[in-house]
Amino acid sequence: MDKLILELKEHIIEQLNLQDLTPADIGDDEPLFVEGLALDSIDALELIVLLQQQYGIKLSKAEDGPKVFASVKTMAEYITANKA
Amino acid sequence: MTAEHYIKESCLITAAGIFKNDELIFDNEGLQPSEFLLAAYKGLNLHYPKFYKMDVLSKLGWLCAEVLLQNGSLSAYQPEEIAVITANSNASLSADLNYAETISSIASPALFVYTLPSIVIGEICIRHGIKGENTFFVMDKFDADFMVEYVSGLMDGQTTNACICGWIEALGDDAKAVLYLIEKKETSREFTVTELNKD
Repeated sequence: MDKLILELKEHIIEQLNLQDLTPADIGDDEPLFVEGLALDSIDALELIVLLQQQYGIKLSKAEDGPKVFASVKTMAEYITANKA
Repeated sequence: MTAEHYIKESCLITAAGIFKNDELIFDNEGLQPSEFLLAAYKGLNLHYPKFYKMDVLSKLGWLCAEVLLQNGSLSAYQPEEIAVITANSNASLSADLNYAETISSIASPALFVYTLPSIVIGEICIRHGIKGENTFFVMDKFDADFMVEYVSGLMDGQTTNACICGWIEALGDDAKAVLYLIEKKETSREFTVTELNKD
């Protein structure tokens, strides 16, 4: 899980152009939206694209979004549970 | 004819560097536009994480406005009193091309949002809390006559008491932005066609 979390942080930094951050700056449980990284709605779409491009996972239910994208850790858990 | 509107501040960004009121404040040592804008952002010690997400046109316009307004020049105005009127000749073509490249796989939402030239005005307005009139014109080349007439017309009305206006263009290796802060208070620089054509 730790390896996946680190990899995910690197993907997020690259995909969302967070060039002033390093993986160490992003807490595993830190909120991705509103607080923490304060991502916006466009970033949410990019995270959906990231899941599809990097892990071949399509978020089938939009209502799952807030739970899946709560933090890097919840994203990693979702990937682990849904990866083919 | 005596001018009724005046240039309080100006900022020019070219391949040579960044000039505030005709004075060089950041030199470009041969970098391409995207690299130069990033170097200037860091070199001028600016902090606005969203800058990294912007396309080149928005980075250019945002940076130009940041330098233009760095002395708190808008503090005397209500958000609704400040207009932003800009123009260029290639609209958002650079972002359009980047976005088109992603369509063959998975289209990028982050690139899509910059496929309108007026987005740069939005970035400037969000950063500085501006809520007044705003328009982005697309024209063959900078038309100082048009800009002076249009902005003067706006400022002669009831709501606009300050206006950021100018040219923001970025395509390929070419990038140039020049923005002026226009006010009704008299300064040594009149807001005239002759003055705008100097840049």
